Amino acid sequence: MTGIPHDLRDTEVDRDTVERRLAETWRTRRGFWGAIATVDHKIIGRRYIVTAFVFLLLGGVLGLLMRWQLATPEGRALGPDLYNQVFTMHGANMMFLFAVPVMEAMAVYLVPLMVGTRNIAFPRLNAFSYWIYLAGGLLLWVAFALDMGPDIGWFGYVPLSGPQYAPGKRADIWAQMITFTEIAALAVAVEIVVTVFKQRAPGMTLDRIPLFVWAMLVTSFIVMLAMPAIMVGSTSLILDRLVGTHFFNPAEGGDVLLWQHLFWFFGHPEVYIIFLPATGMISSMLPAFVRRPVFGYLALVLSMVTIGILSFGLWVHHMFTTGLPRLGESFFTASSMAIAVPAGVQIFCWIATLWDGRPVFRTPFLFILAFFFTFVLGGMTGVMVASVPLDTQVHDTYFVVAHFHYVLIGGAVFPLLGAVYYWYPKIVGRMMSERLGRWVAGLIFVGFNLAFFPMHILGLQGMPRRVYTYQADLPWGPLNMFVSLSSLMLAAGFLLFFIDAVRSARSGPPAGDNPWDSPSLEWATTSPPPPYNFARIPVVTGPSPLWENRDELPVASGLRLDRREIVITSVADAVPEARESSPRDSLWPFWAALTTSVLLIGSIFSPWAVVWGSIPVAIALIGWFWPKGTPEDEA
Amino acid sequence: MRERVCADLSGLPLHGKGTASPTFWGTLVFMLLEGSGFALMIAVYLYLRSLAPAWPFGAPPPDLWPGILVTVLLLASLVPNYCVKRWAGHEDLRKVRIGLVIMSVLGIAPLIVRGFEFAALNVSWDSNAYGSVIWMLLALHTTHLITDVGDTLVLCALMFTRHGPNRRRFGDVEDNAMYWVFVVLTWLPIYVCLYGPSWL
Ligand code: HEM
Repeated sequence: MTGIPHDLRDTEVDRDTVERRLAETWRTRRGFWGAIATVDHKIIGRRYIVTAFVFLLLGGVLGLLMRWQLATPEGRALGPDLYNQVFTMHGANMMFLFAVPVMEAMAVYLVPLMVGTRNIAFPRLNAFSYWIYLAGGLLLWVAFALDMGPDIGWFGYVPLSGPQYAPGKRADIWAQMITFTEIAALAVAVEIVVTVFKQRAPGMTLDRIPLFVWAMLVTSFIVMLAMPAIMVGSTSLILDRLVGTHFFNPAEGGDVLLWQHLFWFFGHPEVYIIFLPATGMISSMLPAFVRRPVFGYLALVLSMVTIGILSFGLWVHHMFTTGLPRLGESFFTASSMAIAVPAGVQIFCWIATLWDGRPVFRTPFLFILAFFFTFVLGGMTGVMVASVPLDTQVHDTYFVVAHFHYVLIGGAVFPLLGAVYYWYPKIVGRMMSERLGRWVAGLIFVGFNLAFFPMHILGLQGMPRRVYTYQADLPWGPLNMFVSLSSLMLAAGFLLFFIDAVRSARSGPPAGDNPWDSPSLEWATTSPPPPYNFARIPVVTGPSPLWENRDELPVASGLRLDRREIVITSVADAVPEARESSPRDSLWPFWAALTTSVLLIGSIFSPWAVVWGSIPVAIALIGWFWPKGTPEDEA
Repeated sequence: MRERVCADLSGLPLHGKGTASPTFWGTLVFMLLEGSGFALMIAVYLYLRSLAPAWPFGAPPPDLWPGILVTVLLLASLVPNYCVKRWAGHEDLRKVRIGLVIMSVLGIAPLIVRGFEFAALNVSWDSNAYGSVIWMLLALHTTHLITDVGDTLVLCALMFTRHGPNRRRFGDVEDNAMYWVFVVLTWLPIYVCLYGPSWL
């Protein structure tokens, strides 16, 4: 395929030739089809991140629309039907198209670099995952544009979403969008687990894995155990609606609460699927800004694992008001509260790290501080709603809306924005603006608290969520106006962030390899990294490789240049086991995703779509896996 | 950053076997997430069953023979499956070819009987929740059967081409055999759910 001599090794030629040959072997072809066929985790990760932020933008616009409508009593911006669609779209979009995907997207980009390998495991699956995700997002938004947007709330409770109360295709769109995003998320979870297990740089033993990578590993396991629940749920719902099964129909032996169990068995871990990566980002960014390794590495890892396990004990707390057996309620209250312990351990480790460090107040660090403040508050209201009597009181009021925005925005979006400022130079090769960054952090932090804190009060005053308007004689008017105005401030912060991100891509100051003087491996290569990530695979000798080897990085040689080659190491000790190949670019994942999308969307309308649609899917999969006789196929 | 070469990996194999192969781990991880799908579906079954006044309800119990036949066929296939896995481990192309042909037949046979098994449930998916959940369990397992049989057929064809004699392919055969064990084993709890005595 290429003009590179067969079995040429990186030991046989000089350094420049190594880089040239590697670039030839690993590069993505130019042009449209080259872009479609690429399996480079960096290109796919970048796409994934940008797409997720576009969905954040769209969802944010919906949020502002709602605030516009609610600013005054008897508002007329949105009618009741549209309002139902808008809050459902906002919630579903934010959870399924932004928050979870953006975390996985960051991992797709960063994990291979952080563990010192050249591509993610199963790169074609990775490409497939992105296309499926994109198709799911398009499905939802195109349907909304056609006035077919779901209107059943982001958790689609039956019987409201069942065949009786939700005629038309709106609920099906919602349910099938879930299938798309879950397939995409499950695919990435599999890739991350195998990348972390088998592709870590030689010497990166378990206690030297960067904390963000640990967080993504735990998250991936949660994804694999929790997401099948929502797929079982949404599939049953579609079947109830399309072919007349009775899973959720009490008249025929089905059960409505079954839906809630399935949904929250996924839905609560979902919060940790969003939150754990964010804590991993904090732990991985912190050392660069306090100039010391993070305090309590082992404690942090163990608390992440504990959170992962406990997150499954929590699902019932979303259903306290449904009248479960008493003992059950106490048990679930206890486990809801228990999760505060590992979360607290994390906080203390971070505080200890700060205590002992010499803080450098750059933008990412400001977001970390914003996170600490907000997270503690959100966690406290969380412990409040974990108690049954209080939950009964504030259930389905704006208190809850305030609480989960504190957790989601404070606990995940703040660290995420910090992470963008932190890793942007690696991804783009240029720095974002420090001056604008301070404004962004300030506006978002202040705007957020002003917009969402008063919602607690509105909730205690009895304002229910999901109402499209309220009467003038209710005492909620002034606070609502205040909330709406403050959300403009929040929006201004986001707008500035987007402007900064777009502008810096062209005119930001060049970043250099390691602008923050960070200790982990992704900073050992150029910014942006070459297609092959590392010309020679690093050899890791400690938890902070770039600080321990300030002048020279130990590396391994002996890899081939004529095929895409990576190093496979053992799970625990990262001892090299094989020089494995990594697949070439291919159009098949794209065709597979396209045919799968046709099948899934078709199945909203007719069950036969599953039968006939599976034929092209099968053809695409055979094309995908059929060996092409490239050097990658040698063994 | 300056580099210092401190290890030479040129002696490593071009493809790892067993636990040194990423596809092995990929298969394992897939089994985990699909296993959690099966477990959840069984949980749904138990949940609906716990609410029902009688079980099976609103329908006569299923006929037993097709289910028994499928189970016998699946369990019997574990023996040649084990042999194929071993032969692939020894990279014995001739035996692997024969074994995959046998496994293809032994995969298609239970699928045919499975068709009759749906009819033998004696209830339709849209009769009531009992019908829905047992159809879903059976369909879920059938999907896995179909995909693995498809995989076996493609692998079988592949082994007769020039791509066959390749260590990577033998690894694929081993992973496929491992997945087949998963498909057979997940059938057993589902079998108990569908046909187990009512006091269970
Ligand atoms: C840009 C700032 C945002 C604003 C102004 C905003 C505003 C709102 C409002 C007013 C509601 C309540 C709708 C109602 O109950 O009638 C809501 C619901 C919700 N928001 Fe946000 N939000 C924002 C950002 C986010 C983010 C970043 C996330 C997730 C990561 C999120 C997730 C949700 C969810 C899940 C719901 C519940 C939807 C439902 O009731 O089905 N929001 N948001």
